[in-house]
Amino acid sequence: MVKKISDKVQFLKPSGIREFFDLVIGMDDVISLGVGEPDFTTPWNIIESAIYSFENGYTSYTSNKGLFELRNEISKNIKKRYGIHYNPETEILITVGVSEANDLAMRALLNKGDEVIIHEPCYVAYEPLITLSDGKAVIIRTSPANGFKLSPGDIKKVLSKKTKAILFNYPCNPTGASYTKKELSAITNALKDRDIIVMSDEIYGDLTYDFEHTPIITLPGMKEKTLYLNGFSKAYAMTGWRIGYACGPEWLIAAMNKVHQYTMLCAPITGQIAAIEALKRSYNSVLEMKNEYRRRRNLFISGLNEIGLEAHMPEGAFYSFASIKKTNMDSKTFAKKLLHSEKVAVVPGTAFGEGYDDFIRMCYATSTDKLKEALLRIGRFIKRAGK
Amino acid sequence: MDEILEILEKDARATPKEIAKMTRKSEQAVKKAISEYEKKGVIIKYKTIVNKELLKDENCTDVLALIEVSISPERGSGFDKVAERIYSFPEVKSCYLLSGGYDLLLIIEGKSIHTIGNFVAEKLSTIDHVRGTQTHFILKKYKDGGDILRRIVKDKRIAISM
Repeated sequence: MVKKISDKVQFLKPSGIREFFDLVIGMDDVISLGVGEPDFTTPWNIIESAIYSFENGYTSYTSNKGLFELRNEISKNIKKRYGIHYNPETEILITVGVSEANDLAMRALLNKGDEVIIHEPCYVAYEPLITLSDGKAVIIRTSPANGFKLSPGDIKKVLSKKTKAILFNYPCNPTGASYTKKELSAITNALKDRDIIVMSDEIYGDLTYDFEHTPIITLPGMKEKTLYLNGFSKAYAMTGWRIGYACGPEWLIAAMNKVHQYTMLCAPITGQIAAIEALKRSYNSVLEMKNEYRRRRNLFISGLNEIGLEAHMPEGAFYSFASIKKTNMDSKTFAKKLLHSEKVAVVPGTAFGEGYDDFIRMCYATSTDKLKEALLRIGRFIKRAGK
Repeated sequence: MDEILEILEKDARATPKEIAKMTRKSEQAVKKAISEYEKKGVIIKYKTIVNKELLKDENCTDVLALIEVSISPERGSGFDKVAERIYSFPEVKSCYLLSGGYDLLLIIEGKSIHTIGNFVAEKLSTIDHVRGTQTHFILKKYKDGGDILRRIVKDKRIAISM
C-alpha cells in the first residue's frame, strides 16, 4: 500500500530526528533542552479571556480571514510600534500558527521550478514546504564565524532569474542570529532592484535581547514586496493556541486566503479571542518573560563555554546552537549518548540543515535550576568523552 | 529596580557568580552592590517560602489570623508610635497602615485559635490607643507574596519540538 503514497510525499525529506524523538519520549526524568517553546504558561488574563468566551458560547467559525477585531488590533499594534499601516480588511490574514502562513505563501506563490532562497541552519519546515509546492529551495549556509548571519554578498551569489522569493527568519531558530537595522539595510539594499518577494518570519522578533528588533517592512521600499509573518506562540507563550498572522500586499493575502478557506477555513475562534487579549493587555508579560530569557541566555551561554563547548551569544529567540566539534562525535551520536548517560535531551544539528553535524541545538526556555543541572551533566559528559 | 535585586527577589539562592553571568557584570561588582544593599537595609534578609500545609507534623502548622485594628493616632507621631508598639510583638507577621474603614491590618501567627484569642484580648485590645478590633481566621492560603502554594507542576511540554 505504501506505493499509493504520492511521490512528492514519499520523497519528502524525513525530519531526521524521528528516531531520536521516540527515544526521548520513552524516558523518565529527562532534562529536556530539546523543546521549541517557552516554559511559561500563557499569561492568566489571556487564558481567562478564553474561558469567558467559552462561557458566552463563542464556539463558532469566524470569517476566513479571522475576527475583524483581531486583524484590527494587529494593524493598530504594527502601526503603533513600527509606524507601518496594514489595512485590516484586505492586508492581514489570521492563520493557524505561522506554520500555516508559511505553507499558504509557498502554495500561493510558487510554480514548478521557482526558486526560494533560504538560509541554513533554519527551522525544519521551510524546505519541505517549498518542495511540497513544487518549488526549489536554494540554500545559503551560514556559519558561526559570522554569527550565522547572512551577508548581502551571500544573497547576490544565489539570486537567479528563477528566484521567486527569499525567506528570512530572524531572530533565527536554531541559531538566535538577528540583525541590527544597519545590517538589515545592507541586506535589503541587495534586493532593491529585484522583482522578488521577501517572506519574513519574525515570530521571535519580540524576543530580541541586545538591540531593538527591526521588522524588514520598516526599511525603505520593503513593505510592498514583503510578506510579514508573526504570531503569538513564542513571545506570548501561546504555542498550543495555534494563532499566527500574515501581513502583506492585498493580492498576496487574497491568494493565500483562497487556499486557507479550502484547507483550514479559519483559525480556531478561542485562540483568536485570546490573541485579542494578548495584544490589548499583555505586553508587560512579554517584557517580563523576555527579561527572564535574557538572564537565562547569559547564564547558559557562559556556562556552555566554561564546560568547553563553543557557543556564540544568540541575539534573540531562546536557543543555543553550539559546536561539539571538540568531542569528535557527530551530532546524533552526541545527542544519543548524552541522553543515555546523563538524561539530557538536545537536538542534533543535522535537523536544521546538512553540514551542521558539529552542532547541537539547546533551548534555554527552562528554569535556571534545570539549566544549571543540565550544564553540570553536559560538562561531566564532555569530560568523560575527552578521556 | 536594579536587575540584581529582581533576580534575588525571585531566588535568594542565586550566587554573586551566577548573578554576574546573568547580568553580564563582573562578580566583584555584583558582590559590592549586594553588600551595599545589605548595609543600607534595602536587602533585609534572605528567606525560604515553606508551604506548612504539606507538613504532616501538626506542631508545625500555625493558625493565621487577619486582624483589622482601629486606633486613635497620637499627637506628634500619628499612627507610627502606636503601630510600632503593635508590630513589635513577635506574633505579628505583617502590619500595614490602610486608608478606609479601619487603620491597621495585621497578620498574626499563633499555635492555636486560643493563642490568637489570648493575644487579641490580653495584648492588642488593652493598648491605650486601640479603639476596636475585628479578627478573621485564615482558613487556607492559596497564594502568598506572589507565589502560588501548590505542588510543583510538571512540565507539560513534549520533550522534543522544533
